[in-house]
Amino acid sequence: MKLNTSGLESTAPFFGLSNELLDGFSAAPFFEVPNTTNFDGFQKEAIQMVKPAKGTTTLAFIFKEGVMVAADSRASMGGYISSQSVKKIIEINPYMLGTMAGGAADCQFWHRNLGIKCRLHELANKRRISVTGASKLLANILYSYRGMGLSVGTMIAGWDETGPGLYYVDSEGGRLKGTRFSVGSGSPYAYGVLDNGYRYDMSIEEAAELARRSIYHATFRDGASGGVASVYYVGPDGWKKLSGDDVGELHYKYYPVTPSTVEQEMVEVAGA
Amino acid sequence: MSIFEYNGSALIAMVGKNCFAIASDRRLGVQLQTIATDFQRIYKIHDRLFVGLSGLATDAQTLYQRLVFRHKLYQLREERDMKPDTFANLVSAILYEKRFGPYLTQPVIAGLGDEDKPFICTMDSIGAKELAKDFVVAGTASESLYGACESMFKPDMESEELFETVSQALLSSVDRDCLSGWGGHVYIVTPTEITERILKGRMD
Repeated sequence: MKLNTSGLESTAPFFGLSNELLDGFSAAPFFEVPNTTNFDGFQKEAIQMVKPAKGTTTLAFIFKEGVMVAADSRASMGGYISSQSVKKIIEINPYMLGTMAGGAADCQFWHRNLGIKCRLHELANKRRISVTGASKLLANILYSYRGMGLSVGTMIAGWDETGPGLYYVDSEGGRLKGTRFSVGSGSPYAYGVLDNGYRYDMSIEEAAELARRSIYHATFRDGASGGVASVYYVGPDGWKKLSGDDVGELHYKYYPVTPSTVEQEMVEVAGA
Repeated sequence: MSIFEYNGSALIAMVGKNCFAIASDRRLGVQLQTIATDFQRIYKIHDRLFVGLSGLATDAQTLYQRLVFRHKLYQLREERDMKPDTFANLVSAILYEKRFGPYLTQPVIAGLGDEDKPFICTMDSIGAKELAKDFVVAGTASESLYGACESMFKPDMESEELFETVSQALLSSVDRDCLSGWGGHVYIVTPTEITERILKGRMD
């Protein structure tokens, strides 16, 4: 006697599932290696292709009361706006901030990495790391990857035992100390407003307004910057987020629309 | 980067019940840099015929001047305004004249024909006409515009609803495009009147 086992077989084909679909699930993942004579070049090109978050405006400056840090929130891929709500100011620890320009993943990863290193330094030495030390830590890491395609343009801003600190660090290995920086495609516009309005003895309110206005003007002129203008302040007691204004509303706050005056009105000609 | 994306633009024309709307953004840029936010991309040929020219601004302006010239010649000879479909043929012919060195612009033509029948059409830079019954779009934000129009269009809208639809489609589309936006410009044309409105939009 022969048992009829047909009932135990998979019913999948009866539900119209194609073989192609089933094969796709059962087969082990397999990545084809590109057939090219210049593999390094191909890899570099491929990395360039998937790198989002290019256009940006970020700025930071030192003044009497501490450091002001501000940024826009747009991420674009070519002409397409992929997000209007990116966090470009990264909180490394309660006393230190980093800004994000260039590759989003590169910035996010290495700032998180820097946060770990700063915490370890704190545990080992029983005191917080200086801004100088932290920025050098990051710059040395980035330098060790130089030429491998990392894209980072960042400012490290914070408050340490020596007072306010501000450094510019990039993936080319550069590290600059300064009192005023702006990074990203909108930076020329931001510098224009910032350099014009900057005074060392500003109040916190004045400084925040200058930072906000600089970001706003950059988002207006630069197609790749926009979204929300966030402003952070770092003082002796750590950082604090002061504001996050939608640039769409900020424009009409700075430049309210006035109804145009009618120069001349049409009137009926009397006794025509 | 394509030369069509050098200045940035967004254009849309939509048909309603015995009326049509044609709208554009107001930005003129050089790549990512915004130069002006009061730029005109839609031109009136006569009271019932409008043309919008997306793409390279310099070529759009030159082409517009040639179109006005040719339309004036037609008016003198025929003592009447050109019908929209005739005008579309004219634009197409003028574009194809420059087959091997084209005007780098994509026109959108919208007008009211005989018996107030709305006519809309678009073409590529060398004059291949594309007639549509519902809506046409052009410019750097065209992908987003297609999406917005596809989901928001309804047949036989009255002029007020048409204005709302076109404006919402335009504003939401340019918010996903770096190269267009900075306000909007809408014309609603019915057999009896032309309404022109400037839209407030995001200025980033």
